[in-house]
Amino acid sequence: MNRVDAYLIPALDGVAYGLLLFVVAAGLVLSFGVAGILNLAHGTLYAIGAYVAATLSDGSWLALLLALVAGVAATTAGGAALSGMLAPVPRGDHLTQALLTFGVALAGGSVLVMAFGAENLPVRVPATVDRPVDLAGHAYAGYRLVFIAVAAALALALHAVVTRTRAGMLVRAALDDPDMVACLGVSPARVRLGVLAASGALAGTAGVLGAPIIGPGPGTAATVLLLSLVVVVLGGHSGRSSVAGTLLAALAVGEIQTLGVALAPTAAPFLLFAAMAAVLAARSHGLIRRWSPA
Amino acid sequence: MRWLIAPALLAAVAAPWLADPYTTATLARILVLGLVAVSVALLTGVAGLPTLGQTAPFAAGAYAAATLALHSSSVGVTQLLMGASVGAAFAALTVPLVVYARGVVVLMITLAIGELVVTAASRWRSVTGGTDGLAGMPSPRPLWGLPVLDTDRARYLYALAVVGIVLCAVVLLLRGPSGMYLRGCRDDEARMRASGHPVGAYLAIAYVAAGAIAGVAGSLLVTTQQYLSPADFGFDVAALLLLGVVIGGAGSVVGAIAGTAVVLAARDWLSGLLPGRGPLLLGALFITAAYVLPRFRFRLRRVVA
Repeated sequence: MNRVDAYLIPALDGVAYGLLLFVVAAGLVLSFGVAGILNLAHGTLYAIGAYVAATLSDGSWLALLLALVAGVAATTAGGAALSGMLAPVPRGDHLTQALLTFGVALAGGSVLVMAFGAENLPVRVPATVDRPVDLAGHAYAGYRLVFIAVAAALALALHAVVTRTRAGMLVRAALDDPDMVACLGVSPARVRLGVLAASGALAGTAGVLGAPIIGPGPGTAATVLLLSLVVVVLGGHSGRSSVAGTLLAALAVGEIQTLGVALAPTAAPFLLFAAMAAVLAARSHGLIRRWSPA
Repeated sequence: MRWLIAPALLAAVAAPWLADPYTTATLARILVLGLVAVSVALLTGVAGLPTLGQTAPFAAGAYAAATLALHSSSVGVTQLLMGASVGAAFAALTVPLVVYARGVVVLMITLAIGELVVTAASRWRSVTGGTDGLAGMPSPRPLWGLPVLDTDRARYLYALAVVGIVLCAVVLLLRGPSGMYLRGCRDDEARMRASGHPVGAYLAIAYVAAGAIAGVAGSLLVTTQQYLSPADFGFDVAALLLLGVVIGGAGSVVGAIAGTAVVLAARDWLSGLLPGRGPLLLGALFITAAYVLPRFRFRLRRVVA
């Protein structure tokens, strides 16, 4: 019992980490699956949200709300700007898209370091939840529990939007057959604008709320981009519902990054590899069907 | 462009007598990264698998060669073979991750592989020295009985010879049927399959061969730089290589080396221009290239046609 008990906290951390990755990766899935764009600046959008949170946070709920509004506005605008920059690039030209978004990530990261310095910034969480909570005999950071609840609600809302609304229907249709959607009179340029703006908003939300978990610093963008890429690779092919698959993959990566590190400190990167290899090898046929060249 | 090859080769051989040792070492580094770019061009341009992950077999080959150099053999050829076989073995292990995907999915998966290798390299301290890196690899002798390569000039010429041999082999192979098969897979996969070609096997062979080339480059990196750290294999290096390959004309392996040389020279020039603002200018360079290159290529094609 004691052995299991010792891993309760890392396991719970893994849930928080996984839900955070889910929100980021959902944005990546949107831009990647619907608009066919591998947005290498996605981690930079997260970092913008996290820096906004670090700058505005002063320990009150109002500041957190303000940071959320400002951060999401900034990253939504960032996503829309990216969509504008990508407009002249032809849809199938992945290499040029990758070079362009990488350039934006490089320049954006450099501007962030110039503006906020090269250190990791501390983030203050609202005072009422900035204390340990007693959890089956363990002390656990209160903010993380709140974060788990909020992110879970966000995941449910996202699922509802994708399955129940007209916008969600359009997203699913574009995932399935973008050419047919264009034929039905929906402008691909508007779809791209909407998708990249929404994707930016998700990255910003994750950045502001997740700043106390993956804080703002020079390495943030790369870490977040890598982990959410792994989530997309793992989750994009498991099962029919993209949202559920991404959520499962995000929770798995979160657990590997926390519980995995606690159990086997040196093996965590190799575990990520093994998970990717297993999923992709098992689903190579599904992969061909799902991501066949358009 | 063919008439350029002879003068370029002459300049490459004469360079270490014209330049100071620091510049010679820089040129050797460009050669090494140019060889990795050859493997990127082989996959991206010829086989149609756009990759951001050739830094992974590059790193695997480099750490294997460095371990060999530190602990047993100081013969260049054995280090090259070690680098090549570990690079190829790494690629063979990751074949199921890569060759079933196409297009932007390959880009994403290879990027994840490359980044995971860098993470692993910075954690696996007993072999890689972690983020502090590995130093103190002795200069090798190219073959048994030959003198040790103890000057920058000798190491540069050694790298030039190895890169030249590998490049010739790749160009000759690509002129034959194997090049045709790979271009066929890139241009019309369905038709290749319909005529009975095992497309997956061709791509797997190309991917493993590219891994071996990157592994050779890793072994050369140990010889020319005599220092390894995870930063040598970062995401920015992978992106620079991809930009070099695109500039060189994605289908051309010789162009890949030239393109990489241009990109690395531009990077060094930019970071010297405004110290501390290097990444910002480099980002601007990428964005400019993304807008300028496709149009340039389009015009070029129209002029040719």
